[in-house]
Amino acid sequence: MHGLVNCAIQGFAKDTYGDGVWLDVVRIADLDFVEFETMWMYDDAITPRVLDALSQVLDRPRPDVMEDIGTYLVSHRTTEPLRRLLRFGGVDFVDFLQSLDDLTDRARMAVPDLILPKMELGEHGPGEFSLECHASIAGFGRVMMGVLRSMADDYGVLAVLDHNTAAPMKEIVSIHVVEAEFAEGRTFDLGVKTA
Amino acid sequence: MNDLEDFTAVLDALCPLHLMVDELGAIHHVGPTLCKILKTEGMVPGNFWGVLKVQRPRSVVGMPGLIAQTGKRLHLALGCANPIEMKGVLVPLSAGQFIVNLSLSMSVVDAVQRYALTSTDFPPTDLTIDMLYMIEAKTAALQASSKLNHRLAGAKVAAEEKAQTDTLTGLKNRRAMDLALDRLHSWNSPYTVMSLDLDFFKAVNDTLGHAAGDHVLQTMAKVLLEETRDDDIAVRLGGDEFTLILPHMTDPKTVDGVASRIIARLSAPIPFHGQMCHVAVSAGSAAFDPKRPLSREAVQEQADAALYASKRAGRARHTAFSGDLHEAPLAASTETATR
Repeated sequence: MHGLVNCAIQGFAKDTYGDGVWLDVVRIADLDFVEFETMWMYDDAITPRVLDALSQVLDRPRPDVMEDIGTYLVSHRTTEPLRRLLRFGGVDFVDFLQSLDDLTDRARMAVPDLILPKMELGEHGPGEFSLECHASIAGFGRVMMGVLRSMADDYGVLAVLDHNTAAPMKEIVSIHVVEAEFAEGRTFDLGVKTA
Repeated sequence: MNDLEDFTAVLDALCPLHLMVDELGAIHHVGPTLCKILKTEGMVPGNFWGVLKVQRPRSVVGMPGLIAQTGKRLHLALGCANPIEMKGVLVPLSAGQFIVNLSLSMSVVDAVQRYALTSTDFPPTDLTIDMLYMIEAKTAALQASSKLNHRLAGAKVAAEEKAQTDTLTGLKNRRAMDLALDRLHSWNSPYTVMSLDLDFFKAVNDTLGHAAGDHVLQTMAKVLLEETRDDDIAVRLGGDEFTLILPHMTDPKTVDGVASRIIARLSAPIPFHGQMCHVAVSAGSAAFDPKRPLSREAVQEQADAALYASKRAGRARHTAFSGDLHEAPLAASTETATR
């Protein structure tokens, strides 16, 4: 698994709960290092171990933790560049949803060895969508729930989300856009330098 | 006329950074995004030359020159104070009418900030948004990479400080030798230190080059490893200075045997790319006896004194330190001088 993915989990633990929680995770997951490197590749078995350890340390079910990670990814101060990159995907929420099909390719354009789970958007009538996630990590759909919930807020859209596991490695997030202009979303300025 | 209106609507949708000019340079229409830019700059689109300057090709002056560049790439500057650079192309539309289409090109990052441009200011097929995306994504990726590089550079320095190996020969370095001697002294174990020097090494370096010199040093290292036991420690102190530490070996005959084999092997010429390198080894040794404890520095000094005695006595030989060596130097040097 790419270091960027592992670093996201590490960032969530440290930024939300502090270094102490992360050190407990390191100990329980039995990592032989303290910090992930963003640009290194790690054994695929490490990531689920870290997620289980985190769920154990926080004493919360792993699906909940994963949804929180998704929320963190697009709403925390330190992950602002990621929110911006996702906002580039669409001018409105529905446009953004449709851009998720390309997310895997877009990510690979920026970081060639970053392979994100494949996602497919289905449309089932006005405001009714489903996002099919094919991920090797169980609960990836939960992460997307958190991402989508926060991005809906970001666009000022009221959306109801639901998660179900259709098969191993096939999770489906259903999205019901209730009100497209529910609130004033966060502004997105194309030219703001976050670097 | 209706046709032209339809056509400008098409152009506005596909090329929002275009303008329509006549052969005198009067502007007849401006695309919506270019309109926004001009408004921000406080410019009125009356005449082409009041809005844009052609920077390249430099020969272009006035409309006839511009029209002569039909279909070719133009480098233009928009605005007066701190102008923004754009690329453009002119194509004829109908008699006396021309379209100039513009692109933000390399100024895109500045321009979107300066003119508060949004996704809707670019046609859906335009690559500008993708380019901005790539710039931000690559910047973030590069930052992560350079952070890693900084950390690795720091780790490399730290590792070098801790390193105990001489990179050229693979032998131990001075740090490793000091640690080994510390250990032997803390256990109060007997051992022998042998100082070895390559004679005529500088001559090899000077006449046959550094590659030949390096080869000689590596040959010396190979011989030292082959002629010693696994527990012995072969050290390159730097340059052509070597040291052997022989734990639990204090018998003068055995030590002299080790030294003699090394000296003999290095006395043979060393071939290097068809040429022969001639060197010799001088050695001096001193033993540490736990019953008469000396500091490790003192033992090393004795080994060095013995080494110099070997050199003065005509090189390619081994001398074991003995108490009368301190008086010997004069006699020995006289002997060398009379040879």
